[in-house]
Amino acid sequence: MARYLDQAGRPIVVVTGMGVVTSLGIGTADNWRKLIAGESGIHTIARFATEGLKTRIAGTIDFVPIERLSSPDLSERLAEMVAQEAIAEAGIGTRGDFPGPLFLAVPPIELEWPQRQAVADASGAYDTITNRDLMRGADTGPFDEFYQRFMFASVADGLAERIGTKGSPISLSTACASGATAIQLGIEAIRRGEVEAALCIGTDGSINPESLVRFSLLSALSTANDPPQAAAKPFAKNRDGFVMAEGAAALVLESLEHAVGRGAKLFGVIEGCGEMADSFHRTRSSPDGRPIIGCIRNAIADAGLTPDDIDYVNPHGTGTPENDKMEGLAAAAVFGERAKQLPISSNKSMIGHTLSAAGAVEAVITLMTLDRQVLPPTINYQVPDPALQLDVVPNVARDAKVRHALSNSFGFGGQNVSLVLAREPK
Amino acid sequence: MAASITGELTKADTAREAWITGVGIISTLGEGAQAHWRALHAAPGPGDAVTWSPFVIHPIAALDLDKQIPKKGDQRQMEAWQRIGTYAAGLALDSAGVKGNAELLARMDMIVAAGGGERDAAVDAAILSGLRKSDRPAAFLNERLMNDLRPTLFLAQLSNLVAGNISIVHGVTGSSRTFMGEESAGVDAVRVAQARIAAAQSEITLVGGSANADQISTMLLFAMGHRLWKGELRPLWERAAAGGGLASGSLGAFLVIEEKNHALARAATPLVRLSAVVSGQARRVPGAITAMLEGLWGRIAPHLEADRLAIISGATGAEPATAEERAFLSARAPIAIRATSSHLGHGVETQFPMNIALAAIALQQGRIFPSFDPTGFEHAMDAPLRQVVVTSVGHWRGEGLALLEAVG
Repeated sequence: MARYLDQAGRPIVVVTGMGVVTSLGIGTADNWRKLIAGESGIHTIARFATEGLKTRIAGTIDFVPIERLSSPDLSERLAEMVAQEAIAEAGIGTRGDFPGPLFLAVPPIELEWPQRQAVADASGAYDTITNRDLMRGADTGPFDEFYQRFMFASVADGLAERIGTKGSPISLSTACASGATAIQLGIEAIRRGEVEAALCIGTDGSINPESLVRFSLLSALSTANDPPQAAAKPFAKNRDGFVMAEGAAALVLESLEHAVGRGAKLFGVIEGCGEMADSFHRTRSSPDGRPIIGCIRNAIADAGLTPDDIDYVNPHGTGTPENDKMEGLAAAAVFGERAKQLPISSNKSMIGHTLSAAGAVEAVITLMTLDRQVLPPTINYQVPDPALQLDVVPNVARDAKVRHALSNSFGFGGQNVSLVLAREPK
Repeated sequence: MAASITGELTKADTAREAWITGVGIISTLGEGAQAHWRALHAAPGPGDAVTWSPFVIHPIAALDLDKQIPKKGDQRQMEAWQRIGTYAAGLALDSAGVKGNAELLARMDMIVAAGGGERDAAVDAAILSGLRKSDRPAAFLNERLMNDLRPTLFLAQLSNLVAGNISIVHGVTGSSRTFMGEESAGVDAVRVAQARIAAAQSEITLVGGSANADQISTMLLFAMGHRLWKGELRPLWERAAAGGGLASGSLGAFLVIEEKNHALARAATPLVRLSAVVSGQARRVPGAITAMLEGLWGRIAPHLEADRLAIISGATGAEPATAEERAFLSARAPIAIRATSSHLGHGVETQFPMNIALAAIALQQGRIFPSFDPTGFEHAMDAPLRQVVVTSVGHWRGEGLALLEAVG
């Protein structure tokens, strides 16, 4: 009995199924092959005109057929693909009947320009279009479809109906940490004994002109448009911002006891999770790094480990000057002298920043890293930053012995989450 | 397949109880517990029928922002919904006696239920007008967005930035999560907060939401779904005869939920015990909401004392959800029912935390506030009040119940 409980007497949480889609491709196998080959999924944007924009590159997912293109439509489609992959791998439940709740990290949803234009057209107004005109258009037009599509609950609702998850599905946002928060909520529900299994998904299909402009105006994006594959340069001295990308990942979490009981194959263990919010600034982290240091320490302590037990770090690693500097500082604070030898490689150098999905996508890649005992590289690392004394696994994948790995996610708005992952239960 | 239910009853007298030790509320009725209790003894007002005519909203009462958001720079960096939420969170921390307690706030957990933020109406209007006249609309859109959007507006649009602002202004940093998803987000935020405390995953949590009715995004959504009441406002249960409809309400509502022994150790005054929060999501075919509410009620029924119980309903007024909730509530007669959206309007994510706060206030007073329902559906109640069940039936999706009980 005790072997199903962790050092704190809580149910051990294992991963029995995973699914992923990124700008590199569909599925864990294809993504892994390209990640260890150091391929980039970043390309020149073809989805919409980029004339007049400073950034004209992204990791959009254009190879998934979709009836109507909007952020909730694509986010839902990507989420469903990865959920199906994860559930099939886990062999859990039956089609349309998943025996646990859904925790969904999803981009905030709002009406987009094509819909806003349709409503404006329905108003009959021409010269200037006021809020009053939009309301009249909305009230008179046949817009029930927009109403249902652009509700915050709509993506989770569609998924819950088709996958058959149980209870009220939870949609959440902690900005760029959302995917990790979804996993954390699943871990906590299993540890409480409330559920035996949970489906945790991070998804993001939100690249459109306005979302790109918003990040661009915050000076967060790389403007190294040519060649697109070289734009994301985490930890390099010439890093100049992140590259927006789309993607999704799903994890089937179960209590170890439940997984063993049904003879499931284990893909990894989620040993610990930690959080600490930042109260310094809306987009910048505390100059002393205290919140992200505390977040990492909380996760390691929650796993019943010490910093010396961590063999690999999958960082937030966005490639913005600020993030990578703070993450280097945090690594030095948490790991001390070991930080210089501890491998830390950023998936975002290849797949871009999948925003709401990133925490889940990178947790899946970290679990594959543990499983294959190969570290994916940080590509585009041509100009080392002397201020960051880190082993970023530059440019080429590497074999390694990894027992415990840390995955960090730090969001705008100061919401930080770290996960500690392992291949096998202790 | 019947939708399932999540949430458990926490039995009284078990080792860990979730107490509400602070409430912070603002609405069209004013600010704080006393103002709300007073206002609930008067007939509901007509709301603002002008600003969004023919639709009606309940705007937020005038606030002295400096009282809860002391730095002007912070006030400037927020839009209305963030100021409402940050203000209400500050009131809740004051009410719980933890404001400024840096050690405690650094380990206080937070769950915020939030929708989306504000837009710049002038920029949107100019773009919509210009797009029609432009022969190169895509380039026009890019140019206007790049030049006209305020960079910081993004930070007033992200759902998680109510929580972000609460961390910055009040120093709540133990953890921070934002749930989205209309009414269900409010229910599940409180449910998860309560469950974490019962399971020793948290000792003290700030949970709540924030909604600004006076903004285009939500109004447009409700209008597209034909969920809005038009014309002179009527009390909630009267609206069905005219097809139903909701009146949007600006609300800020936060609760400090705390483990009993944690509260006792710092000599905090408990307002009430939050004994259970249960939620579900029915596939909305006719009868499904009523059936879901019956199922949720079954979870808490063994614990109820019918003669000392009232129900605070979060009914929105939108149909068919309100009619189905009414059918469920009818079967609970003669339990006293009070639908607060007659007074406050409907604040989506924030309605459930707001109604829990109002339930806590009523339990403190030992009686339910009077009814102003001309249809007679809301019975009078003279008996002392010991328990309140709060309902939530989303205007589109999501059902939930909470049970609150007097302490001692």
